[in-house]
Amino acid sequence: MNDRVSDPLDSTRAPAEPLAPRRVRHVRDASVNLAHGSGGRAMRDLIEDVFVSTFDNPALATLEDQAVFPMAELASLGDRLAFTTDSYVVDPLFFPGGDIGTLAVSGTVNDLAVCGATPLYLSCGMVIEEGLAVETLRRVAASMQRVALEAGVAIVTGDTKVVERGCADNLFINTAGIGVVRRGVAISARHAQPGDVVIVNGYLGDHGAAILVARQQLALEADVQSDCGPLNGLIAAMLDACPQIHCLRDATRGGVATVLNEFAQSSNVTIRIREADVPLREEVKGACEILGLDPLYLANEGKLVALVPAQAAERVLAAMRAHPAGRQAAAIGEVEEGPGGLVVLHTVFGGQRIVDMLVGEQLPRIC
Amino acid sequence: MKYVDEFRDPHKAQTLKNAIRRLVDGIARAKQRPLQIMEVCGGHTHTIFRYGVQQLLPDEVEFVHGPGCPVCVLPMGRVDDCVALAERPEVIFTTFGDAMRVPGSKKSLLKAKADGADVRMVYSPLDALKIAQLNPQREVIFFGLGFETTMPSTAMTVLQARAQHIRNFSLFCNHITIIPTIKAILDSPDLHLDGFLGPGHVSMVIGTRPYEFIAQHYHKPITVAGFEPLDVLQSMWMVLRQIAEGRCEVENQYGRIVPRDGNAQALSAIQQVFELREFFEWRGLGSIDHSGVRIREAFADFDAERKFEVPNLKIADPKACQCGEVLKGVIKPHECKVFGTACTPESPLGSLMVSSEGACAAYFNYGRIDTSRIERRGGASGSGRAGNAGGLGAASGASVAKPLMVSGDETVSQAIEGGQAV
Repeated sequence: MNDRVSDPLDSTRAPAEPLAPRRVRHVRDASVNLAHGSGGRAMRDLIEDVFVSTFDNPALATLEDQAVFPMAELASLGDRLAFTTDSYVVDPLFFPGGDIGTLAVSGTVNDLAVCGATPLYLSCGMVIEEGLAVETLRRVAASMQRVALEAGVAIVTGDTKVVERGCADNLFINTAGIGVVRRGVAISARHAQPGDVVIVNGYLGDHGAAILVARQQLALEADVQSDCGPLNGLIAAMLDACPQIHCLRDATRGGVATVLNEFAQSSNVTIRIREADVPLREEVKGACEILGLDPLYLANEGKLVALVPAQAAERVLAAMRAHPAGRQAAAIGEVEEGPGGLVVLHTVFGGQRIVDMLVGEQLPRIC
Repeated sequence: MKYVDEFRDPHKAQTLKNAIRRLVDGIARAKQRPLQIMEVCGGHTHTIFRYGVQQLLPDEVEFVHGPGCPVCVLPMGRVDDCVALAERPEVIFTTFGDAMRVPGSKKSLLKAKADGADVRMVYSPLDALKIAQLNPQREVIFFGLGFETTMPSTAMTVLQARAQHIRNFSLFCNHITIIPTIKAILDSPDLHLDGFLGPGHVSMVIGTRPYEFIAQHYHKPITVAGFEPLDVLQSMWMVLRQIAEGRCEVENQYGRIVPRDGNAQALSAIQQVFELREFFEWRGLGSIDHSGVRIREAFADFDAERKFEVPNLKIADPKACQCGEVLKGVIKPHECKVFGTACTPESPLGSLMVSSEGACAAYFNYGRIDTSRIERRGGASGSGRAGNAGGLGAASGASVAKPLMVSGDETVSQAIEGGQAV
């Protein structure tokens, strides 16, 4: 079963009359200045040259203040709408394995997908610091479009603001998205059941480690790439294998530890995980050892945690391993009755400890 | 991971667990009350909780989490001084990450940063020196703290700053030294310690000889221990073996890193740059003579305390806070009146709740499994907590350690060598 729309761009070909051919305008400046946010010609040039031409879809090309799409099309995919928004601020803008653009699209796509929704349309709000190179903006827009195509979504409406130097850090992006939830799927952090198997789709902490290394404050050299990418294809395959997945979340900020704590609290259960089964790359382990960080709390941008009924666990794992985003999928623990809100880790060493919510930022230890 | 996984091998852990069980069965004292072994270093505390090492020990053996977390023993007045320095408009204040959250009387460095101070996290004092070179118009202060582990790198940085004529760099020195502190703990009247795990990385610098007074004068066994869980477990076995055999010696489990005489180059850098202070204030422990170092006159230009005015006010620890008793092992973290209620990692009252190496934060974050085990044990037989209950009573009358008197004008290396002055 695959109920994703083959081409979400088709459904937005709303205008009956063909678009009049228009001369594509180009930005002449090398960097963005306040005029590009003023609402005048400079702004229009920037939007057309950088965003409309890159995101390349008819809904956006009309340059209306909104995107319009038919409801019948949405209704054919499921019975509920899912709607989400997220803002992306990352330093540096470009890092091994991705950039702020890949984050902005895959993050919002994933937030829709983890409730069982088929993501369809995204908005894109750009807050640009004066002085940002136009070339940088082009690279980011191209990344966004690449991930959008991979995820099968369209960026159909947007907004551009330019702020004075010092009022933003290069570039902030907000994306909102809508998707349609499959019939019969009921995923919620409140649905964990004793006996459920805890599954992750691969190596944890890659994104967090890649960002740490990319900031170059550490003089650490490690070949770690961010795992940044859309998960909707993988999740569709998981739901095909088992529509009754109980809990599903992407483990972004706060990492897998935070997601497990949210599940344990919302469902009033204890979750036990086995350190030995947690997939970690050697490089990430090494960086964590040096810095005294716990990889369970490192951010991911292409990793999910699922709580799956025990009898379906093997089936779901097999479906995941057959998908490129789930090759290293692993069962790392179980849900059991017991004190609500408790996550317990069985250490490789044979002891056990509580894995709690993080307080504030993880700060590297002194020695 | 190579050279790491070997030290976390669960099968070897089981072997050690069984060996410890057999040793403890032969120790008569353990039948009256649990044997208390203090791990001096915060790094060990972290390992113990992170890997659940306590759960591999028999009920008759307890870890007492000592004062070796430099972030945790920092008094409020010194944090206030940091904030005052950081809030000067010309200053870039640089610090290790985990010192950012330590509460001062008004705010932490993290809060000062949010309020507009230029506070930057660095991973080494040399990073701070680089910042100074890149910002010649600003004054860059490095917040130097830690035991002998971090002292050499700070000393080297000051030496480099002088060699390179970097005039806009200075050090706010809060380095402390381990030996007088261990002495103060040993002299504390309400103490029942049976032995020590010695700090590994401090010993890499100072060697193992400075601990000999612990065995000779105080008749307590000590094993210098590494930081992997197997290191800690093996060191525990070594200390218990000493107890079982009636020996009191300095043993070195961490021989792959720690030479008997320490690191001569590091010691020489320390000696060049630092001298002992008359006394230094510790959170929870009060003032301990000769337990801190300051920058020598010859390097006055690099001393933030001489270069800038600091308030230098003594701020009393919060009344409800029992960090001192926890540090000395008189009570366990969860037995503190405010543990988990007024004092949590989110809003720490005492410094032991701040750093992941602090005993209270470790208990709170990782250790509630141990706590419930201890409570069950206490409830079932009543005997498990007898030692602690007695300690609590004794502690209420003596919340600050008796100041330790060290006579004469000791040098840093004498203090590090320790022993003979007592």
